Amino acid sequence: MSKKDVTLPIEQTSSEPSAQMAQPSFLQTRQRLLLGIWGGLVILIILALAGIFVTKSGIDFILPLLGVLLVMMFALVTIVNASFAWLRGTVLPVLAVVTALIIGSIIIALTDPLVLASAGNFLEDPTTVLHHAWDAVSLAYQALFEGALGSPAKITAGLESWLVDGNAKPLLSAIRPLSESITKSIPYILAGLSVALGFRAGLFNIGAEGQFVVGGLSAVVVGYSVTGLPTYIHLPLAVMAGALAAGIWGLIPGVLKAWTGAHEVINTIMMNWIAFRMTDYLLKEPLESIQGTHRTPDVLPTAVLPRFFPHPLRLHAGLIIALAAAVFVYWFLWKTTWGFEMRTVGANPDAARYGGISIKRNIVLAMFISGTLAGLSGASESLGVTHNMSLGFQAGYGFDSIALALLGGSHPLGVVLASLLFGALRAGGTRMMSVAAIPLEITSIVQAMVIIFIAAPAIIRSIYRLRAAKEGLVPAMITRGWGS
Amino acid sequence: MSKKWREILTREKILGVVCMVIGLVIITVAALFLKSGEVATFIDEKIGTLFAPPSQATLYALGTLCFFVGGWQLYRGFRSTGVVLGAVGFLMVASFLIALTSGKQLNLPGLLQTTLTSATPLTLGALSGVFCERAGVVNIAIEGMMLFGAFAAIAASSLSGNHWIGMLAAILTSGIIAVLHAVLSITYKVDQIISGTVINILAAGATRYLKLRLLSPAGLNSPGPIANMRIPVLVDLPIVGKFFDNNPTVFIMLVLVVVVTFVIFYTPWGLRTRSVGEHPRAADTVGVDVIRMRYVNVIIGGLIAGIGGSYFSLGLGQFEDNMTHGQGFIALAAMIFGNWTPVGSFLAALLFGFADAVQGKMQSVLRVGLPPEFLQMAPYILTMIVLAGVIGRAIPPAADGKPYEKQ
Repeated sequence: MSKKDVTLPIEQTSSEPSAQMAQPSFLQTRQRLLLGIWGGLVILIILALAGIFVTKSGIDFILPLLGVLLVMMFALVTIVNASFAWLRGTVLPVLAVVTALIIGSIIIALTDPLVLASAGNFLEDPTTVLHHAWDAVSLAYQALFEGALGSPAKITAGLESWLVDGNAKPLLSAIRPLSESITKSIPYILAGLSVALGFRAGLFNIGAEGQFVVGGLSAVVVGYSVTGLPTYIHLPLAVMAGALAAGIWGLIPGVLKAWTGAHEVINTIMMNWIAFRMTDYLLKEPLESIQGTHRTPDVLPTAVLPRFFPHPLRLHAGLIIALAAAVFVYWFLWKTTWGFEMRTVGANPDAARYGGISIKRNIVLAMFISGTLAGLSGASESLGVTHNMSLGFQAGYGFDSIALALLGGSHPLGVVLASLLFGALRAGGTRMMSVAAIPLEITSIVQAMVIIFIAAPAIIRSIYRLRAAKEGLVPAMITRGWGS
Repeated sequence: MSKKWREILTREKILGVVCMVIGLVIITVAALFLKSGEVATFIDEKIGTLFAPPSQATLYALGTLCFFVGGWQLYRGFRSTGVVLGAVGFLMVASFLIALTSGKQLNLPGLLQTTLTSATPLTLGALSGVFCERAGVVNIAIEGMMLFGAFAAIAASSLSGNHWIGMLAAILTSGIIAVLHAVLSITYKVDQIISGTVINILAAGATRYLKLRLLSPAGLNSPGPIANMRIPVLVDLPIVGKFFDNNPTVFIMLVLVVVVTFVIFYTPWGLRTRSVGEHPRAADTVGVDVIRMRYVNVIIGGLIAGIGGSYFSLGLGQFEDNMTHGQGFIALAAMIFGNWTPVGSFLAALLFGFADAVQGKMQSVLRVGLPPEFLQMAPYILTMIVLAGVIGRAIPPAADGKPYEKQ
């Protein structure tokens, strides 16, 4: 309490606009009032739903938990609103994700076959419909949770058998979901960094998907065609090949932008489709291993990114590349002169030009690095997970990466956290599909919602009554229209 | 490039050089790959052989012509670069076709028919883009809008048993998605590229989700293809008759090209639309409601994209995952290639549709070694070239992509 009392006046005098400063006490009481109303409402809902479940299927402990979570969320918003203005930017992504998940659950409930079947007599028997809806959503999200992090019961059992009998197998299979989540987040981290770096330089690289494919393919080609090298030469060579090829793929739109002013968004979109068609062709004939499979030969063992753990766990050394890349991007953008110039070009090209910074050079450099990162993403996926390249290789990592960069505020640390979340969603989505028969695409719907809420923070602010942050966490990333 | 070089190498001069190079390439191809005795036979299903030029000699002639057009452009210059581009483009396409057909038979009206049908969704998508972007809202969500439209068309026509209701549903659904685009990009001033990307991601995810969860289990994914529309008298004409026995959307598309051209360039509404896209502040000063104009135009764009989307699914008779398969982006390319005009977009769509038709024929009839994927890449590469301004120049509306802040 004492800390709050100290911080409040400072925050208010230093940062708040005058209109809000005029009546600080009123706002505070209003927030308290809101908390009371929301809390009461949530508790009422909990009681009502709990009543349904007591009569129908016994007490479900997840439900009160959810209620408490909701209350805590609103409490969080209230507290952050009242003081801690610096936290407001950070709370926004959390609220966006939570809201997107809630919308996802509504979609799951609305499209559930049982719900639809019983929806006809909603007026006579609403409890059945709600019951079915709840079943569908809880089954789905339980599967999502277990698919993303593993089931706690299995992990404890596995741990026990490992400690008691020395048998590690149950433990390994129990923590497989966790490993899958992190494995899936590796390409996300790299592709997200690629888009984020572009944003910082004022460029919108939609081409991450194409660069991902080009990088993955080049890495695989070097991985299987170059023979007779030891791992410590072959593996870096393959990774570098992927990065460089994708870097050049990104360089082309960069050069076009720098010298002719052609907008990078259009050109990266076009380069995406050129990349897709080219891989279509290459995988159909020249690089195919067995006729009709549309797949390249497997990379040699010397070019495979080593895995950290035995078989069922696929977590591979790409994680090190990804984290190193995140550190590199941070160091480059914030600790070097080149990075400073690049951010200046992104934030204010006119000022940059006035300051004698070459805009052309920075555009080209940024697109090259951006492409390189997306290429590393593809290379880590192909050398670490698939070990070959097939027609279904591009799985939307590049397009999702736009969401990651936005969610992570175009900051390496944010991108890593956002990637872990998306990786978990992706891994959990697979299990949700097999257990609850809910199509994997629900995760992309949720991701789209996340982008909307992050890109239009006013929506989230108005839902949760969150006050505007001092400055957006996301840099003012507005593409300079095609017209200029 | 130094200034001196830039003065010598004007865009017109570069165009001339490029034309000459193309002419030389045509002649070289003819000399290297074609045999002197071969003829390229173009046939019609009913009439039989239409014409059969000797391929090598014709190509020499066309190449020389192209060379001289380029030379004249370099030396004196034609009045309009558009004419030169069109002429050389036509010569190139003709030579390409003759070279491919050399020693074989090709059903020319059939090829043109496929060109027209391939161009239909591209044109509709491009028209959608024209409406949005002329009003100053970038629309890279054409793909997503069309995908939603394709889905809605099948769902509604399965439920109602009527394809036209399906098309209506497609139009409305795409319109609603356009409202989302408009709300995000105009009201909330979200970056329009991001808003478009969101819609594309949402479309791919939501349509597949709904198909697996609702459409397929309920058996609502097979209304069968829509019946062709036959224009009574014209359909009996020789050679061109088959163009008048087509998917109804083709005719809708042709009508729309005319209507949109008229609306955008010859009505007060179109003038306001263009002014909002070029200089919103000026438009606002003279009393045009910028926000309202942008909203309405984006929604109209969405409605048109819906027709394009319904073409995919109603033509096939069922919905498939991601069935637009990048056509929305080719439509975007067609719009840019057509310099943000309806007729230009239509011609560009015809060109891209032609590339598509030829690659189809190459696999089935002509059996040429050239992989079809390279022709599929052509629209994207051409767009990049045009955008870079090496030959010709695509100039977007000046305020395209900029949210309007009322003062």
